[in-house]
Amino acid sequence: MSFQRIQEKLKILADAAKYDVSCSSSGSNRSNTNKGLGDATGMGICHSYTEDGRCVSLLKILLTNYCIFDCAYCVTRKSNDIKRAAFKVQEVVDLTINFYRRNYIEGLFLSSGIFKSADYTMERLVAVAKKLRLEENFNGYIHLKSIPGASDELMREAGLYADRLSVNIEIPTRAGLKKLAPDKNREDFLKPMKKVKQEIIQYKAEKKIIKSTPKYAPAGQSTQMIIGASGENDFQIMQTSNYFYKSFNLKRVYYSGYVPISYDERLPQIGSAVPMLRENRLYQTDWLMRFYGFDVSEILNQQHQNLDLDIDPKLSWALRNLHEFPVDVNTADKRMLARIPGLGMRSVHKILNARRFRRLNWDHLKKIGIALNRAQYFLVCDSNQFERRDLTAEKIKGLILQNSKSKYTKTLSNQLSLFG
Amino acid sequence: MKEKNIIYDGSFEGFLSAVFYVFEHKFDVVNIQNNTSVQNGLFTQNETIPTETIKANRVWKGLTSKLSASACNTIYYAFLSEKLGAEQILLDYIKYAFSNTRKIDKDFSHPSVLKTSQIAKMVGREKHRMEAFVRFRLTKDAIYFASIEPDFNVLPLLIKHFKNRYADQKWIIYDIKRHYGLYYDLNTVDTINIEFPTHFDFTKTDDNYFSDQEFEFQKLWQDYFKSTNIESRKNMKLHIRHVPKRYWKYLSEKQPN
Ligand code: SF4
Repeated sequence: MSFQRIQEKLKILADAAKYDVSCSSSGSNRSNTNKGLGDATGMGICHSYTEDGRCVSLLKILLTNYCIFDCAYCVTRKSNDIKRAAFKVQEVVDLTINFYRRNYIEGLFLSSGIFKSADYTMERLVAVAKKLRLEENFNGYIHLKSIPGASDELMREAGLYADRLSVNIEIPTRAGLKKLAPDKNREDFLKPMKKVKQEIIQYKAEKKIIKSTPKYAPAGQSTQMIIGASGENDFQIMQTSNYFYKSFNLKRVYYSGYVPISYDERLPQIGSAVPMLRENRLYQTDWLMRFYGFDVSEILNQQHQNLDLDIDPKLSWALRNLHEFPVDVNTADKRMLARIPGLGMRSVHKILNARRFRRLNWDHLKKIGIALNRAQYFLVCDSNQFERRDLTAEKIKGLILQNSKSKYTKTLSNQLSLFG
Repeated sequence: MKEKNIIYDGSFEGFLSAVFYVFEHKFDVVNIQNNTSVQNGLFTQNETIPTETIKANRVWKGLTSKLSASACNTIYYAFLSEKLGAEQILLDYIKYAFSNTRKIDKDFSHPSVLKTSQIAKMVGREKHRMEAFVRFRLTKDAIYFASIEPDFNVLPLLIKHFKNRYADQKWIIYDIKRHYGLYYDLNTVDTINIEFPTHFDFTKTDDNYFSDQEFEFQKLWQDYFKSTNIESRKNMKLHIRHVPKRYWKYLSEKQPN
């Protein structure tokens, strides 16, 4: 392959792909067969980190940045005056294999602008994955973008070679989508998602009966929403997210703070800050939903439509529900332990294990690694020292904020100065 | 009474033999030391003990019956830390395990259990870092070569991962600090020593040794690394926390062009 041409294409097509934040390479179970190359059974490794601190795990590129659509929030949009390029199928295969052999990456994340038609594009994405699997005996991770509107037949084939498939809904509400991406409609996104969901269920069922049934998208489906481009509140965003988790069995929903890339009046202008703190709070809420046993409506509802920026969502919830506290760490069940601010799931398990041997006091809790500056107001343990004052939520919040310097303080003050 | 120093050869088997010896003679106040870090005290009495596979195996078998498999792993990991005093902590842990009828590996309120798990965690983190940060470079003899300088002796922990992943290419991972490496010849992984030319610079890709293609792929990877960054989200503090500077010299993407 001609080095210079590839170099040029790689620059353009990696640059255009970077706004997709998903970089997960975990959750698959594809092991190395017949002494081939690669293995995707593990947790997924970050081989490096970008200077903005994001995990680099996959070769994330577009097949092409030619696109017939004109979505306002996207650098690849038709009306944008940028350099365009397109990889050949074989070029992507060669890059992937050579990067993988050097232990740079866990695999490939291939997306694309839509050229000609949805099916024409999807066909080429599938061709890359097929070649990697069948010709190169590649067992690393492959994430393909499902092109909105692609046919069921292509989606079925895609899942046979890819570990994960994703369609980005990007805009959390129908109204926002209509405003910013007039060429697209929600049904086009939902169609491939539905198909993939059905196929996953069907292949799993068949696998139970016939062992040799091939794998179908073993790492499942994911999607991404852009945050802060179209005015939605956190309640709307998390409701949409919850809907997608439940209706399509998604593995992950990603939240991507909008990076201003255009002077379009419908959008935040170039130079405005990326809402990174808000993005972080949404991820925390997502975790509370998926791993901590919270229902989304406990955190966001008609009364509380936006997450607090200055404290994390679990602490917010606890402050609104002081009647549930203090929790006795020596007797409480797992569900309540997980609700104590400052306790991660890891600490919860450590407590459950350690308290079988002895009653735990502050010293034990500290050694286990609990963030006591937050937790102390919400628990009692084997000690007669505990918070006896009947503090109000406001007071507790004040005390906690006084004693903790958020790593986001700087970002936060940047964002607040916008309104100042 | 003089304090007793038991000196072993530095291997894991040697350490377990020393543990056997301690139990056999019911020593109470005792130090176990690696033969490279012997400290002579005025009031200590040194005794070098041989490594005996049979005895080591008996201790290990005892441990596997007393503890979960993952706890046994923890002991091995902590041992590979080569930390000064690690042997003492492990000895405490093992004594505590044998003196209890219950499984104690989850008792994090016992100092030796907590310490061992903390050290093992550090070693585990280093293992993961190496799995991530190893950068192979293709040599002229078609071997993918990587050099590393891990904080702990993690090479033995890397075998399985790299063998599974790179089953169809020959590779070497060399620990420059400890002067040994792993070599996979398409069939098995062996431990090897290599005589490098004097003044061999591990951070340079010298065209006398490395394939011509190698330069192109390194360049492409560096470019990719730059293109995938989002300037308006730049956060070097976070970046350095994930990729500490001491690892940079072996990362292709961190080399000056
Ligand atoms: S269809 Fe996709 S690539 Fe094309 S403009 Fe819209 S978001 Fe961008």
